[in-house]
Amino acid sequence: MNELFIVVLLIAGGAFAAVAGIGLLRFPDVLMRMHASTKAGTLGVGLSVLSVALFYADDLVTTKVVLIVAFILLTAPVAAHLIGRAAYRTRTPLWEPTSVNDDSAASPAHDDRRYEA
Amino acid sequence: MISITTALTIATLLTLVGLVAACIRLILGPSRADRVVALDLITILLVAIAAQLSLRYEEAAYLDVGLAIALIGFLATVAFARYIENAPLPTAVSSSESTDLHHPDKPDDADSADARSTHGVSS
Repeated sequence: MNELFIVVLLIAGGAFAAVAGIGLLRFPDVLMRMHASTKAGTLGVGLSVLSVALFYADDLVTTKVVLIVAFILLTAPVAAHLIGRAAYRTRTPLWEPTSVNDDSAASPAHDDRRYEA
Repeated sequence: MISITTALTIATLLTLVGLVAACIRLILGPSRADRVVALDLITILLVAIAAQLSLRYEEAAYLDVGLAIALIGFLATVAFARYIENAPLPTAVSSSESTDLHHPDKPDDADSADARSTHGVSS
């Protein structure tokens, strides 16, 4: 029963990792690529590391696994937010149907704020 | 019912597919933000590779490798994101030298575009 859980978690983690890579390769936009890599990649790593905790069934290993999962869950949204803000402020060209609904994007004060910060 | 070894091989191959796709995006990527996103995914997938190595060789110390990769990868992503944003460091904002670069006293020294680029590199 334990072995079944390990097998399922391993294959699911690998599948989510592959989906993250394919989404990063195939999506047409920086923001969409970030969406694919952040969410699917985080889930894939979490499932893979969780299978290690089930395999060893040890206190120290389980502590390390919880530490890794908590750290990735805390840092992945921060990193994605920073990359998205950088892509927005450097005016990275987006996909044609992607619309930016933002007030500061149209005002000329946005450029001054960018260079004065 | 497949064994753990077979499932481990399948999972490693699937993770390698994601890694190769991320490397292709790292090389192709039209903008610098694309390359930073690809580098972020590569470091995240390396943690999964470390976990699978820990299962393959039955050595729990590979989890420490994964934890270290996760720590360094987050710092690298933050540093690269601030780099492509051309943002000054938080300590450099309050210093008097950076304000001198923003409002140069000598207008005959250089034009403003040069002052901006020097500020981005030096800070």
